[in-house]
Amino acid sequence: MSRTPLSQMSAPVRSVVVSSLTLSGAVGVFGISFGVLAVSAGASVAQTCALSLFTFTGASQLSAMSVIATGGTAGAALGGALLLAARNGVYGLALAPFIKGPLRNRLFAAHFVIDETTAMTTAQSEPRLRKIAFWTTGIALFYLWNLGTFVGAIIGSGIDPQKYGLDVAFTAAFVAMLAPHLRSVKGRQAAALGALICLVLIPSAPIGVPILAAGLAVFIGLQRP
Amino acid sequence: MIAVVLHSNMSWWLVIGLSIGAYVFKVSGLVVIGARTLPVPLERCLILIPAALLAALVIKDTFSLGQELVVDARSAGLAVAVVAAWRKAPLIIVVVLAAGATALIRAAG
Repeated sequence: MSRTPLSQMSAPVRSVVVSSLTLSGAVGVFGISFGVLAVSAGASVAQTCALSLFTFTGASQLSAMSVIATGGTAGAALGGALLLAARNGVYGLALAPFIKGPLRNRLFAAHFVIDETTAMTTAQSEPRLRKIAFWTTGIALFYLWNLGTFVGAIIGSGIDPQKYGLDVAFTAAFVAMLAPHLRSVKGRQAAALGALICLVLIPSAPIGVPILAAGLAVFIGLQRP
Repeated sequence: MIAVVLHSNMSWWLVIGLSIGAYVFKVSGLVVIGARTLPVPLERCLILIPAALLAALVIKDTFSLGQELVVDARSAGLAVAVVAAWRKAPLIIVVVLAAGATALIRAAG
């Protein structure tokens, strides 16, 4: 990462760094609610922090804890969360042309291949700015997401999440993350079908299974657009 | 007041399995497959995963209580979240507004 003070950076670099840091700050605040919710779902502080440190992909962490919070098995929680994590593989494909260097560096960079770094990196037009966007977002977001998670997990054991509507924080985050995927027709179809499968299965299938089954909706992608 | 979890299936196996799995996906895209391309139909399906799963999670978290379908204060939170996200509010604002609306309704009811 660059050690140049913000004021001495060129305008495009400063703009990339500032938006990366702003995004990371918002994600850090959201990390607090993840910490609170994970602890209230039954995870220990150590398990909650380990998820943010080592899994480090928000939607999967949220999905796993959301299934656990409603009484689903660890297997069902893992299945749905892994399906969601699969998209990081697609992000890796998109970022591969920009992340070069020795294997060791790329293995390290892989940990930071998530929604936010992909969005920030692919939004830049120059190779140099892409590299700056990837590392600034990746490192700042990792730091703040984990700090937020820790703070949330510590305060989480002392508050009632329902009283503050925090149980809806998961839902709201999922809605915000879903919004960009609804821009395409196929995205809307997959979302509608996934929601329908889930709704139909909730009364009969074991808890957590409706989420896994909703994954079947992706097969509409086999049909040509 | 402390929320009491009567029974939770949380385990270290879930933490370890998810951490390894997530890293395997990240590495397979960035390092293993890299610049090579996947079959187009497969790629079209993979891209749809977030849409299908996130929509299902929204349904489950709003309208279910265990295996029961219910409509309660959470529906109002969802409505607020949908409007905020539709107006392109940042993630954290969507979360704060939805949580606030739900808390208000619970406090009133």
